[in-house]
Amino acid sequence: MQAFARLLDSLSFQPARNAKLRLIEAYLRETPDPDRGWALAALTGGLDFAAAKPALLRSFGQEKIGEELFGLSYDYVGDLAETLALIWETKADAGPPPTLSEVVETLQRATKTQTPAILKRWLDELDSTGRWALLKLLTGALRIGVSARLAKQAVANIGDQPVAEVEEVWHGLSTPYRPLFDWLTAGGPKPASNMGGAFLSPMLANPIDRAEIDTLDPAHFRAEWKWDGIRVQIASSGGTKRLYSRAGEDVSGAFPDIVEAIDFEGVFDGELLVRREEAIAPFNDLQQRLNRKTVTAKMLKEHPAHVRLYDVLWLDGEDLRALTFDERRARLEAWMGEHPRARFDVSPLVRFTDWAHLATLREEMRQDGIEGLMLKRSDSPYLAGRPKGPWFKWKRDPMLADCVMMYAQRGHGKRSSFYSDYTFGAWRDAAEGKRELAPVGKAYFGFTDEELRWLDKWVRDHTTNRFGPVREVEQQLVLEVAFDGVARSTRHKSGVSLRFPRINRIRTDKPAAEADTVDNLLRLVP
Amino acid sequence: MTDTLNPRSWLYPTPRGLYCEPGDFYVDPAVAVGRAVITHGHGDHARPGHRSALATPETLAIMRARFQDMPDTAQQPLKYGEEVKIGDVSVSLVPAGHILGSAQAVLEHKGQRIVVSGDYKRRPDATCPPFEPVPCDVFITEATFALPVFHHPSDVGEAAKLLRSVATFPERTHLVGVYALGKCQRVITLLRAAGYDKRIWLHGALASLCKLYEDNGIALGDTALVSDAILETFRGAIVLCPPSAMADRWSRRFADPIPAMASGWMGVRARARQRGAELPLIISDHADWSELTQTLKDVGAPKVWVTHGREEALVAYARSIGIDAEALHLGGREEEDES
Ligand SMILES: [Zn+2]
Ligand SMILES: [Zn+2]
Repeated sequence: MQAFARLLDSLSFQPARNAKLRLIEAYLRETPDPDRGWALAALTGGLDFAAAKPALLRSFGQEKIGEELFGLSYDYVGDLAETLALIWETKADAGPPPTLSEVVETLQRATKTQTPAILKRWLDELDSTGRWALLKLLTGALRIGVSARLAKQAVANIGDQPVAEVEEVWHGLSTPYRPLFDWLTAGGPKPASNMGGAFLSPMLANPIDRAEIDTLDPAHFRAEWKWDGIRVQIASSGGTKRLYSRAGEDVSGAFPDIVEAIDFEGVFDGELLVRREEAIAPFNDLQQRLNRKTVTAKMLKEHPAHVRLYDVLWLDGEDLRALTFDERRARLEAWMGEHPRARFDVSPLVRFTDWAHLATLREEMRQDGIEGLMLKRSDSPYLAGRPKGPWFKWKRDPMLADCVMMYAQRGHGKRSSFYSDYTFGAWRDAAEGKRELAPVGKAYFGFTDEELRWLDKWVRDHTTNRFGPVREVEQQLVLEVAFDGVARSTRHKSGVSLRFPRINRIRTDKPAAEADTVDNLLRLVP
Repeated sequence: MTDTLNPRSWLYPTPRGLYCEPGDFYVDPAVAVGRAVITHGHGDHARPGHRSALATPETLAIMRARFQDMPDTAQQPLKYGEEVKIGDVSVSLVPAGHILGSAQAVLEHKGQRIVVSGDYKRRPDATCPPFEPVPCDVFITEATFALPVFHHPSDVGEAAKLLRSVATFPERTHLVGVYALGKCQRVITLLRAAGYDKRIWLHGALASLCKLYEDNGIALGDTALVSDAILETFRGAIVLCPPSAMADRWSRRFADPIPAMASGWMGVRARARQRGAELPLIISDHADWSELTQTLKDVGAPKVWVTHGREEALVAYARSIGIDAEALHLGGREEEDES
């Protein structure tokens, strides 16, 4: 448990993806089974205890140091699990701290009434980092910025395998993953790739622009609309039906309407959308369905989900990934033609004669829910990852707005000495006929290194106020912000939120007073 | 010892600092005064411009290094354990275990003894002699880390944490934020004790105090200034700098550095994040909660005055074990930088 606690502790402070990978890899290499398997389960969200409620932690703390001192401590730290971990002291005569497997296996057997006493014994035995990790694990709130995908990448790396190989066998495995580690580190056999709803790494496209498109032969490419939803994978076999995000996260729970409608076997690539009658709803409608623990009947009725299929990877027990795009497409259309389904349809191909024709179609398409075009080579097999050449995305031109920088924050890693995250605002009416800036978004990319140095210096020279790592700046600098969409938002003070904002240009030529207004932005809401 | 004399009648806070009336001197005054007794060299305790200053020889050396030799201050060195009479008060200095030269001021007047602890800690530190508890009538304690959440882990373990990170990321520079006086030299001695004998690189602002420590017999091993490096890439190197330099343009010369920070505040995650530490090292030169509460028991003073930090929790604790405790509010003491 101590080694796992040290890992979680390091991960929680380390923002860089590569460094996180290295830390997880080092842990997985050095830690014996079954501890490392349980750790992998914890990192991939496969452990769910919720064995300790906040009230229990609070009562432990008050019992230990009294209500007054515990109150002062909690006020200062601001996090209950961390407060308890810090005030509790390791008992000098306590036994050795528990291993991670001991913790997991004990909790799996313990009854609810036994848990508090067991927990206290562990708190006595562990050091403060160990207590923090234990309490985070038990309250189900790790929050260390590690995705399941990243943990799988780390485990793949220790066996020099591509992550796609690990993902392929993943859903056939159970905790604590001994066969997986045998295969990756001890020359054991590769675990059976049980196709029962396993996630297959999707094929991704590279961005392209008009100039580059002209270097390609239009006869080799097929075009389809790029729908503005969430890229998903449907995987169904042997009665297991799953819906995955592009990163392999199982999102079936949030979309029971889709999962129920899966009456077929196979693995499909598609776009998750909200669809009413024939119309695709704006992205914002889909967002209402995300990140919800429970899906209400009302939500299902008012925001019905739909999957528009792009591709088929497996069908009726057959792996189609080595076929060409055209061949897979023919299989997909034939399959859907035999038996049309209400919650699924096939994304139509866009017919075009040459690139100029396609460019015109792209310009003229004003329908909601379309982000641009996908171009796919007719002979491309379905390859995991983002291979260069076969698939391209040709996005719609972004929308632009002139906003004013309001705050700047230091970045992470390489950028930790630069003010590289900018909050910008647009004008709105305030009291007494005056105008004020309301923050509309935050962006931390889009600029060159040289522009970053310039912006960093500008921030340092125009600071009016500091709040920890954040600086407030003079409301003078106009930033041209590019974004892919606008939605009304109750979470933002300004009432709007921008989709995928980035800094397009620094407009030193433009006075701040001439920047855009919140009303201008609201007019762009579809 | 007598219980008829009110200690507040001869030692009390004033806007200029803690004043000892029968000796006509101040302890660690916040502004320049006529006569000062200085516990240690940190900026919130030692200020320039006093007409005369009494302190340990090491503390006076630190003050000279920081304040351009102080030609206008009459300097009165007093070794640990020696005693002098100032007016109607006898004064001696006893090790506080905080930094090089740090002392508790032990004041006696009409048979009553008050100990002004200054800043202190109770755990071993290769750069200074350990704190000695002195039985007294009134103990004036600091309270920088006076909350039950502060239990500093072993400093040996924290040094090992740094070395483990260097082993995991051998191509990156470990940039460690340390305060120039005390923390810097302690971190170096901890690394040396852990067997790290490679060159340790220093920001220019740390050079003069490191030299002063070495002149006082504290070996720091192979150190060099970053600004003197010519071909060095700093890959896998440990570089010490003041915390302010970490976010400064100065730090851009290092490729993909890991910002570490050595401070007692690093024990609380939100504080560590606020300082931008990716490798927080909980190394403190101040007593933690158990050291503070243990010290109250060790000195056995019936009266305790709490100052310099989070008075509220320590006053509450002291009262709960039957000590007559109160907060002593002194000006000029913000949350100090040297923690
Ligand atoms: Zn100090
Ligand atoms: Zn101090």
